[in-house]
Amino acid sequence: MLIKIPKSSDCRESDVTPESFYLSRRQVLGASMAGLAVSSLPRWASAADAARYAEVEPGKAPSWFTEKLPSIQWGAVTVKNETITPFKDATHYNNFYEFGTDKGDPAANAGSLKTEPWSVVVDGEVGKPGRYALEDFMKPYQLEERIYRLRCVEAWSMVIPWIGFPISALLKQVEPTSKAKYIRFETLQDPKVMPGQRSGFALIDWPYVEGLRLDEAMNPLAILAVGMYGRELPNQNGAPLRLVVPWKYGFKSVKSIVRISLVSEQPKTTWQSIAADEYGFYANVNPTVDHPRWTQAHERRLPSGLFSPNVRDTLMFNGYQDEVASLYAGMDLRKDY
Amino acid sequence: MRFPVWRVGVFLAAAVWPLAWLYQALMNALGPDPGKVLVDRLGLGTLILLLITLSMTPLQKLTGWAGWMAVRRQLGLWCFTYVVLHLSGYAAFILGFDWSQLGVELSKRPYIIVGVLGFLGLLALAVTSNRYSQRRLGGRWKKLHRLVYLILGLGLLHMLWIVRADLKEWSIYASIGAVLLLLRVPPITRRIPRLLGRKVPSATKA
Repeated sequence: MLIKIPKSSDCRESDVTPESFYLSRRQVLGASMAGLAVSSLPRWASAADAARYAEVEPGKAPSWFTEKLPSIQWGAVTVKNETITPFKDATHYNNFYEFGTDKGDPAANAGSLKTEPWSVVVDGEVGKPGRYALEDFMKPYQLEERIYRLRCVEAWSMVIPWIGFPISALLKQVEPTSKAKYIRFETLQDPKVMPGQRSGFALIDWPYVEGLRLDEAMNPLAILAVGMYGRELPNQNGAPLRLVVPWKYGFKSVKSIVRISLVSEQPKTTWQSIAADEYGFYANVNPTVDHPRWTQAHERRLPSGLFSPNVRDTLMFNGYQDEVASLYAGMDLRKDY
Repeated sequence: MRFPVWRVGVFLAAAVWPLAWLYQALMNALGPDPGKVLVDRLGLGTLILLLITLSMTPLQKLTGWAGWMAVRRQLGLWCFTYVVLHLSGYAAFILGFDWSQLGVELSKRPYIIVGVLGFLGLLALAVTSNRYSQRRLGGRWKKLHRLVYLILGLGLLHMLWIVRADLKEWSIYASIGAVLLLLRVPPITRRIPRLLGRKVPSATKA
């Protein structure tokens, strides 16, 4: 049995088969096929997991990911009364300006990105700096599925089932010093495979840089993702490693990370450098603070049909107010947008 | 009527795009946010049609063929049609017919204000595009229709203020617009040579 998520109906979380049933089915199957199944188990398991969602294109998962798949904690965080965005839309409507500025450009151009081998530099105010091969970098972490709303600063939104681990777990590993106040992330810079970085007209000073205050990064909702829809991240969604901060506008969630630095000063982020009056460091989803060029009070939840526009009110902190509002107690969010 | 096949051909070439896009939208071929795609394409279509309309006079000067001028008014009216569709799409798909929000947008967003000014300009030109207005306005008609240069500037500014991160596409349209405006500067206009047809007497020294 495949679990199909219908495209436009309201599928509740309660409609999803409980994990225990899902796992017991696996046990039954596994037992009945005992001898035969052992050798083919990893491939079979990954196929079953990708099939958690309808119409998911299978990828070529790196072996470190396949090894972690069976122990993923599915549905660790979910959303109530929300329909998950179809895989096709989440992977063919992207902002990843390294691969072009049209929404379809990343899907068309990101195929050239080589995500294996991949290494991540950890530096700055940390006890254990170094350059890590991604498979070593990933070793300590238990992966979880987090189903989050994603609100783009351009006033559209999606609901995406990510696979990742909390940044707090990473911080435990790298041991920040007492001077560390912020965490800074940097995207790959490789003009050979990233056409957007070759454009002479780009307003962006590559590489793409984003950052969080340390207490924001420690919030349990903030994760580093390596997969979505039961599989590894497609290139256009920021493979192999990206940030996901669901209470902030999407541009905070930097993709294809090659460097993570703990720093004492607030990092200068890419969009701040282009237009500080339009994009702040915090970039918390806030329906009461407009972007200078458009309102943030509403959003188009995609897919939004031509004759059935799916326009809804934007929620404070993208609906994660209970979890994150305390981070900003005493701050004027009109000034610190 | 002269050039009937040419006129009908231009008509079909301009009409086919919005119909094709609507068909694509109905077939779900425009992705998850078809309203936004339609509004963007219609806006760009308006700008392109404006540039094409503005190139008819230089082309006529260059080639001496009267067919260019025969379709100039039609192209201008197509430009107006596209901008009407662009605005309708904006009202329906972006604003969701929330007219109170339109008031907010009109008072707060410079690119919306510039866009609306450009639209009002095109409206004035479309309304006075008929022969009756030409006769009635006489010499003032030509002066009024010089508004089109201002409208081109407004349209380019409108697009510039929407660009978020890459100016390449905008630069292409802006350069074409700049060339078309330069060709209107009298000393340059006089130097446009005719490639076909009879030779014009050599230009007077400017």
